[in-house]
Amino acid sequence: MQTERYITRSSRIRGYSIYLNSKLIYGKSPTAPGDFLNQAYQDFHINYPKFHKMDNMSKLGLLASEILLKDQLYKTRYQPYEMGVLLMNASASLDTDIKYYKTVSEIPSPALFVYTLPNIVIGEICIRNNFKGENAFFVFKQFDATFMAQYVTNLFENNDLEACLCGWVELLEENFEAMMLLVEKSGSSDAMAFSKENINKIYGEENG
Amino acid sequence: MADLKKQIIAQLNLKDLKPEDIGDDQPLFVEGLGLDSIDALELIVLLQQEYHIKLSNADDGPKAFKSVRTMAEYITTHQGQKTPK
Repeated sequence: MQTERYITRSSRIRGYSIYLNSKLIYGKSPTAPGDFLNQAYQDFHINYPKFHKMDNMSKLGLLASEILLKDQLYKTRYQPYEMGVLLMNASASLDTDIKYYKTVSEIPSPALFVYTLPNIVIGEICIRNNFKGENAFFVFKQFDATFMAQYVTNLFENNDLEACLCGWVELLEENFEAMMLLVEKSGSSDAMAFSKENINKIYGEENG
Repeated sequence: MADLKKQIIAQLNLKDLKPEDIGDDQPLFVEGLGLDSIDALELIVLLQQEYHIKLSNADDGPKAFKSVRTMAEYITTHQGQKTPK
């Protein structure tokens, strides 16, 4: 018998707009990605000074996770090892790789070097939220809801996970977008079943 | 020391801090400003970029980076000196 799992919350950052559970909650005029992310950090009153040291991809991922997990209910529901994370994107850490490469001719920047791996964004989210469950980062040519659904289902079935944060965190130069889902074993009456169709629906809703 | 504090804030992206928030003798690491090992490397880069000082002896690090005052003293002592090979 297949166990049901639910998408209990979703966050989406795309086109200088931020959506929570598919509802537009924030919007700005186009600007540099870093400026947009810093402004959103301020406007959402996030208090985490380490944010300013992160590269843009980690800022994007952390911001999407902060919006997704804002009520912090998961902290009372789950133990740290019961929370898993799966993230994916297309450009890995190329945005920061390029920036780091430019510093190499003079004095290489240690602060940039530490972000030249795409899975660092998972580390930042886990440190911030004290998540200690299974986590993984995958790079695909394009958004792949089928893989996301299969992999997260497998994480639930083969680990002690009670909940999983999964999503897409893509940033390269001026282009960026993120989608994050909170997947749990139970959900309220309006929660969506965790399926590739519903993942695609949330991902595509603001792509119009 | 005010300039050095500005340089530290810029180098380490401490955007929530102003120079006057950093005490001259406040510890930079752990219980003070809470800097970490990557910040220590960035402070070494700052010494090289701004003052052309290479921290060639790793044992000097903890003493030099104890506070803004010890950093300023280290700069004063080593500026203009040739780094030993």
